[in-house]
Amino acid sequence: MNLGCGQAVESMSMPSSSVSCKSGDGVSDQFPVGLRVLLVDDDPTCLLILEKMLRNCLYEVTKCNRAEIALSLLRENRNGFDIVISDVHMPDMDGFKLLEYVGLEMDLPVIMMSADDGKNVVMKGITHGACDYLIKPVRIEALRNIWQHVVRKKRHEWKDAEQVGSVEDGERQQKLAEDADYSSSANESNWRNSKRRRDEEEDAEERDDTCTMKKPRVVWSVELHQQFVAAVNQLGIDKAVPKKILEMMSVPGLTRENVASHLQKYRLYLRRLSGVSQHQGGLNNSFMGPPEATFGSMSSFNGLDLQALAATGQLPAQSLATLQAAAYGRSTSKSAIPMPLVDQRNLFSFETPKLRCGEGQQQQPNNNNSKQLNLLHGIPTNMEPKQLVSLHQSAQSFGGMNMQVNTHGSQSNSLLSRTQMLNETSDGHVSRLQSSTGQPIMSTGCAIGVLAQNNNARGPLYIPVSIASSTPDFSVNNDTDLSGSSFPLGSNAGMSTFSSKGVLQEEFNSETKGSRGSLLSYDILNELHQQKSHVWGSQNVGLTYDASQHANIRGSLDVSPSVLVQQGFSSFQNVGQNRNAVSKAVFSARQESGHGNAPNFSRQLNTFLVDSSPSVKAERLPDSSYQNILFPEQFSQEDLMSVLLKQQQEGTGLVESEFGFDGHPLDNLPV
Amino acid sequence: MDTTHLQRQAAFVRKNLFDQGYLDEQFIQLEELQDDANPNFVEEIVTLFYNDSARLIRNIELALENSPPDFARLDDSMHQFKGSSSSIGAKKVKKECTQFQEYCNAANAQGCIRTFQQVKQELVILRRKLETYFQLARQTA
Repeated sequence: MNLGCGQAVESMSMPSSSVSCKSGDGVSDQFPVGLRVLLVDDDPTCLLILEKMLRNCLYEVTKCNRAEIALSLLRENRNGFDIVISDVHMPDMDGFKLLEYVGLEMDLPVIMMSADDGKNVVMKGITHGACDYLIKPVRIEALRNIWQHVVRKKRHEWKDAEQVGSVEDGERQQKLAEDADYSSSANESNWRNSKRRRDEEEDAEERDDTCTMKKPRVVWSVELHQQFVAAVNQLGIDKAVPKKILEMMSVPGLTRENVASHLQKYRLYLRRLSGVSQHQGGLNNSFMGPPEATFGSMSSFNGLDLQALAATGQLPAQSLATLQAAAYGRSTSKSAIPMPLVDQRNLFSFETPKLRCGEGQQQQPNNNNSKQLNLLHGIPTNMEPKQLVSLHQSAQSFGGMNMQVNTHGSQSNSLLSRTQMLNETSDGHVSRLQSSTGQPIMSTGCAIGVLAQNNNARGPLYIPVSIASSTPDFSVNNDTDLSGSSFPLGSNAGMSTFSSKGVLQEEFNSETKGSRGSLLSYDILNELHQQKSHVWGSQNVGLTYDASQHANIRGSLDVSPSVLVQQGFSSFQNVGQNRNAVSKAVFSARQESGHGNAPNFSRQLNTFLVDSSPSVKAERLPDSSYQNILFPEQFSQEDLMSVLLKQQQEGTGLVESEFGFDGHPLDNLPV
Repeated sequence: MDTTHLQRQAAFVRKNLFDQGYLDEQFIQLEELQDDANPNFVEEIVTLFYNDSARLIRNIELALENSPPDFARLDDSMHQFKGSSSSIGAKKVKKECTQFQEYCNAANAQGCIRTFQQVKQELVILRRKLETYFQLARQTA
């Protein structure tokens, strides 16, 4: 009996050309020979049979019998595999969960297998993003064609990259934008893309090529993503079809396929978000992307600026630019964008409902904050000042929640997401932000989004939630302090761009007034503000929260906040892992700070807000330094990205465990 | 015996296994994977299967000891075992596994216990037949 495939190549060394193909020399005639397959199945019999079949197809096979081993293999060799084949039923980890991880972290095509051919299970595979589903026992013929999934995926990426690339205005921007993370499920992959591009440009591309044309990946920049989300929101998430989205976006060079794959990721992202934060329900905006970006730039604002913003009621494009700049870690001096303190109020009221939902779960100490929450999410840079304000507020409240997200430094993201929420209160779309901002609020937002994404990947997506939820705490501030505080409360949330400072102040102020919870948020805000006004903008969204935590400590807040801050810090450091911690820390901080520190805060906050902290490094921040706390501030988008990326690599599992989230929210998501 | 005779015997045994429904198409897939580099691939796989099946069978047995048994767990364990046996083409064994799962869904403990006996029985019968076949096949190789 001979092999159907031909020679049984035991060592699979033969397709040298295909192997080299892998290294990126373009498509080789040998392809798909040498395709690098990772095989995961707990059944040793099946594992051996499949391995032999794949070898016979001249693929390079690595087998493992545990999902965790598979994940670590994938993480260690980021570009070491082309495709993953996994069984559904495994003792240590559900195959679908592995599927999610791989999709989010590595964005590799995953094929699911099972003896179960029930429609439900197959459907589950599809909804979780499997590119194919094989029924056991698997025949060799079914394996021979798996290479098509690899090619298909790469083609999509390339096409997108190519086209979007041309649309983008600058590589750097693109990269940043990507890093900024549009808060969509696509972010992760975008990140990856951007990160790869950035870090290992050629290598990445080559690797991506994997025997196919070498094309840059589509860069879903913040702007692009904003446009995308705007289009989706307009159409309605359920009715949004790639073709229509494409038409609405009217981006030259963008193909329907680009949009389709991005949409799929976005949907997964949303699903994950809703799963994570069920209470959020209407968090469509969870897409923290772009809007938040603007916030990032806001970071440069000082509390004072925020007010100005508020005054303006809308972030003019320039402000966005500022935000962006901030987001990118550039000079944050754009005080031009005043934080709409005043507006915050508006924001809050408007947004509140939204955020509340999400937030409710986290901490609902301040219902008043609820408003804030909403706002914070969506704090779109475009947002009117008030929105920003609200965002901040919500951001603050989220702070705890977002902290998670922020940990990554995506504070801005959280803000953005909040902003989004704010903007979209009605539909919870970020689109508002996007449209209004038009600017790369995304940078901040992206950061947040990124963070959010990360979070999502891991476990509950906190970013959006946090923002919303954070409102409770912050909301208090919003209304009351908006006018007064110089900082945009939003600072907590991601609004950081604004003025994380301003926000903080607001929040703090309000917080103090508000319930205990508010105090906490206030504290957090303080921290955030203090850290850096600018930091917020860009990436701090997530950070802001953390910052606030820390801030609390700074201000009159006592030790408790500081303690929390520390926690938050550590979370920052381990962005991936700490996200949860951070948020937790934030919350705890809030609660603690709530005790009577409030009054001092406001004052302190103001002081702090004025500070302009150095850019926060998105990378792990050492706990000790204050700077660290400010994490968000210093985050430049790149930093955030790297942090986020790191997180992803580090161990997504952490996030999950911390929150106790089972990384499988998808099933229950009412997408 | 001369080789031709042995070969014919091996072929006869093999054909019977298929005709009587002990093996299905999947077994042929395994045979096709066998080649000069892996001349005993099929036998190795079958051996691996039987070694591993002991563990899976034990799991089911333990689960059946409970009264009432945890049907979800039983179903899950059996699902694993079924997947394994189907991968070597053990047709009759697989059929009994399916029956077992049906009893699980119906929460019929007695049905499960009875069917499980059938599963084990079919496993034993198949093992003996395959051993005979492999012996003959080895001699003719």
